[in-house]
Amino acid sequence: MTTAEVPAYAQLGMTEDEYQAVIGILGREPLAAELAMYSVMWSEHCSYKSSRSHLSCFTSDQPWVVVGPGENAGVVDLGDGWLAALRIESHNHPSFVEPYQGAATGVGGILRDIFTMGARPIALWDPLRFGPLDQPHNRFLFEGVVSGIAGYGNAVGVPTLGGEVEFADRFSKNPLVNVMALGLLKEEQLVLSAASGEGNLAILLGNATGRDGIGGASILASASFEEGDEAKRPSVQVGDPFEEKKLIETCLELYDKGLVVAIQDLGAAGISCATSEVAGNGGMGMDVDLDRVHLREPDMNPGEILMSESQERMLAVVTPEDEAEVLAIAAKWEIEASTIGTVTAGPDLSIYDSGELVGEVPAASLADDAPRYDRPSKRPGYLDTAWANEPQIPDEVDAGEVLRVLLDDPAIGDRSWISRQYDHMLFLNTVIEPGHDGSLLRIKGTEKALAVSTDGDSLRTYLDPRRGSARIVYESALNVAVTGATPYALVDNLNFGNPEEPGVMWQLIESVEGMAAACEALNVPVVGGNVSLYNQTDGVDIYPSPVVGMLGFCDPMPENPPRLDRAEEGMSIWLVGPEPQGDFAASAYDRIINDRLGGRPADADPEMARSVIDSATSLAFEIPVLHDISNGGLAVALAEIAIRSGIGISVTGVSAPDLFDETPLRIIAMTRNTTLNTNAHHQWIGTVGGTDLNFGDSGSICVTDAAAIWRNALPRRMNH
Amino acid sequence: MTIAVIVYPGTNCEHDIVHALSLAGADTEMVWHRDTELNGATGIVLPGGFAHGDYLRTGAIARFSPIMDAVVDLAGQGVPTLGICNGFQILTEAGLLPGGLVANRDLRFICETVHLRVESTDSVLTRAAHMGQVLSIPLNSYEGNYVADDVDRIEAEGDVILRYSDENGNVDHITSPNGSTNSIAGITNASRNVAGLMPHPERASEDILGSADGMVLLEGFVASTDLVDA
Repeated sequence: MTTAEVPAYAQLGMTEDEYQAVIGILGREPLAAELAMYSVMWSEHCSYKSSRSHLSCFTSDQPWVVVGPGENAGVVDLGDGWLAALRIESHNHPSFVEPYQGAATGVGGILRDIFTMGARPIALWDPLRFGPLDQPHNRFLFEGVVSGIAGYGNAVGVPTLGGEVEFADRFSKNPLVNVMALGLLKEEQLVLSAASGEGNLAILLGNATGRDGIGGASILASASFEEGDEAKRPSVQVGDPFEEKKLIETCLELYDKGLVVAIQDLGAAGISCATSEVAGNGGMGMDVDLDRVHLREPDMNPGEILMSESQERMLAVVTPEDEAEVLAIAAKWEIEASTIGTVTAGPDLSIYDSGELVGEVPAASLADDAPRYDRPSKRPGYLDTAWANEPQIPDEVDAGEVLRVLLDDPAIGDRSWISRQYDHMLFLNTVIEPGHDGSLLRIKGTEKALAVSTDGDSLRTYLDPRRGSARIVYESALNVAVTGATPYALVDNLNFGNPEEPGVMWQLIESVEGMAAACEALNVPVVGGNVSLYNQTDGVDIYPSPVVGMLGFCDPMPENPPRLDRAEEGMSIWLVGPEPQGDFAASAYDRIINDRLGGRPADADPEMARSVIDSATSLAFEIPVLHDISNGGLAVALAEIAIRSGIGISVTGVSAPDLFDETPLRIIAMTRNTTLNTNAHHQWIGTVGGTDLNFGDSGSICVTDAAAIWRNALPRRMNH
Repeated sequence: MTIAVIVYPGTNCEHDIVHALSLAGADTEMVWHRDTELNGATGIVLPGGFAHGDYLRTGAIARFSPIMDAVVDLAGQGVPTLGICNGFQILTEAGLLPGGLVANRDLRFICETVHLRVESTDSVLTRAAHMGQVLSIPLNSYEGNYVADDVDRIEAEGDVILRYSDENGNVDHITSPNGSTNSIAGITNASRNVAGLMPHPERASEDILGSADGMVLLEGFVASTDLVDA
């Protein structure tokens, strides 16, 4: 593909203007290795150049925020010296090119972000989006991604507690593979990435550097896809969870012994990114000797060594006095290590190869001087048509028959086909396992617990990016609240199409503002995020898919937190939250039963959100069953409880349309007595008992039948 | 009076088993696989995980770790020795238990709570349980499917200690989640001091984790180590 007419910077994905900016910084034409570094560090993936100016509406100034956006992970204070680190990332394009390794290395990468902060990674979640499963290639991608997450996460020894999954046509050629990780640390273990101390040494730990993944950030993550792009497969890295496991233990021992001044993982753009960030963040410089880098292939040129995205590598800055002990600890854990650099007063990052200077750039310029684009945005034309195309719901439907169809939907049916492949129990912290609204993890030796939920709703955010994005924040907050936790911090992953299209930029801006307003309403800080743009294949943009990861915190945790399988004969059923408003845009009923998409989703009221979320958090300490109503409305939420508890439910006085209405901010509560202790708006709707899901005049279905359909939704599509 | 918990590179259940054994009243010490001594150990546990990344074949590299001479030596002297999941795989590779573990029937990883029926109380692991007792304990493995050339002999000699069952203790091929021969989940050796099982009793060590049924096994094991004269 190299042709004489295409200049080197363009082959690396840079524009003419960006190239001129590099010349402006250096005062000369860049050398080959320097150009390679700028091309990657200034890529969309590393620099957020299209989105950065819009992310400033997120706030993170709450007093419990220890580290906000900008570091490898956000960190919040849990009291008594405990901190939690959290982060979300995407590996969308690599997972389309090679699903197993793409997903696996996504897991590896985010774990390094967590233990870079000094934390032990304790759990993972994986929000996934694929095309419909009736297409064989989508099944191939789904199976490959799930096994890649399982293969890496299980072997590296970090449990995967769930996530969420959506299937829609626009993800067929651009699946979304996001991953969120949570780490736990004591405050004295916190490490940052800013180098200090002239004369300190930079030690490269972990895997040997090879030719894998060269240009991954600029080639895969920062450009749209076209037919035949499987040829980009060499840009996907290969993961080695065994190496990562040893690297985690090595780093944790280094932190424990206080041997690390600063540390940075090697991700996108490898050594060039890690050395410039460590030096630049500390206002220092660094001399780097590429001859000292341990290589897998001996004849790599300086540009390849600098750009390589070989996995499972870390760069630690240590004092010269501690060098020998650091190398000895690495050797004990059977990890390769080499001292490749020295911290200088700066400001230059100077790269040497065979004694020759092959690159010298101001360290901070790679990150700080990256271009920022205020790209044009324009409300896309599809919205008027879509909003006018309002969902039609008949007054009389047989709810039993509708449930038979909805429970068979792969995004509504039992997801344990996925979570059964993930080790979700390691570390003995898992109190609420996958298959409930939110995960709950205890912190051993304390009364504290952490809850997590990941949420996205791409079709609703497509129909209204602002309202849809606010709603996923509220839903995520409710999902952690029903475990007894208070929403405490949020990370977001902005998966969007090609930002050079004004309609996509409009979606992005609307979405960010909607999320920010909801976080503000709940007083939840946004402590980190990731932006994945250019999710466009063959000219088709994905549905705009912001995904949030909500961390909830409780201290103490409920002794017996609510579960979907705790419904028992005779319990009263309550509906908490607003009256149904006829919210069917992007509802399961309209998408699946009517097989169409249109209308405008309802807005969620911040005041009501606070009331219902607070109510859920306190009810979780008192009652056995609390369940968020979302995909499929009240009917599906009740079916999930009935199936999981193995008992019938009778509901009276709810019309058929209201059973499938998806008005936000509603939860189901079940109590042993006939009162519900809450200030939030609520009403009694029925009783637990019998063998059927009975909706009175609106129809019924036997729980055993419902369970069989629900359990088989994924296996019948995936087990051949 | 200390139980040695062997840690290989890639082992990941060492902290969990230490936690559960301490609930059962035991003192434990983690021993790195490059060590060569197990002085004073009254019991040995090989925990779950992915020793050496499960590369080549599960347990195949770990059996050559420097610590294994001492493990084989003490096990031969009658010291209670337990292998859980990957530890069970290592014990079969080391020849301390018969048979081997191959990929699950469905070729997918399985992490879920299963039911086990106690088949024999004549082992260091099951001595505190009662015959036919049904335990609810998590399974977490890709290669959990037990096979043996001489499975008839193993059955005849009463070496099978745990079988996958349903919640009522019924055993048939459907109750074996991974295709294990005769639904075998755990076995012991002829001397009854070495035991291995694929499910993780330490994951069923507290009610808040969903089950405490694993404690009857771990408490039995700890009790048997108390009988050892170190």
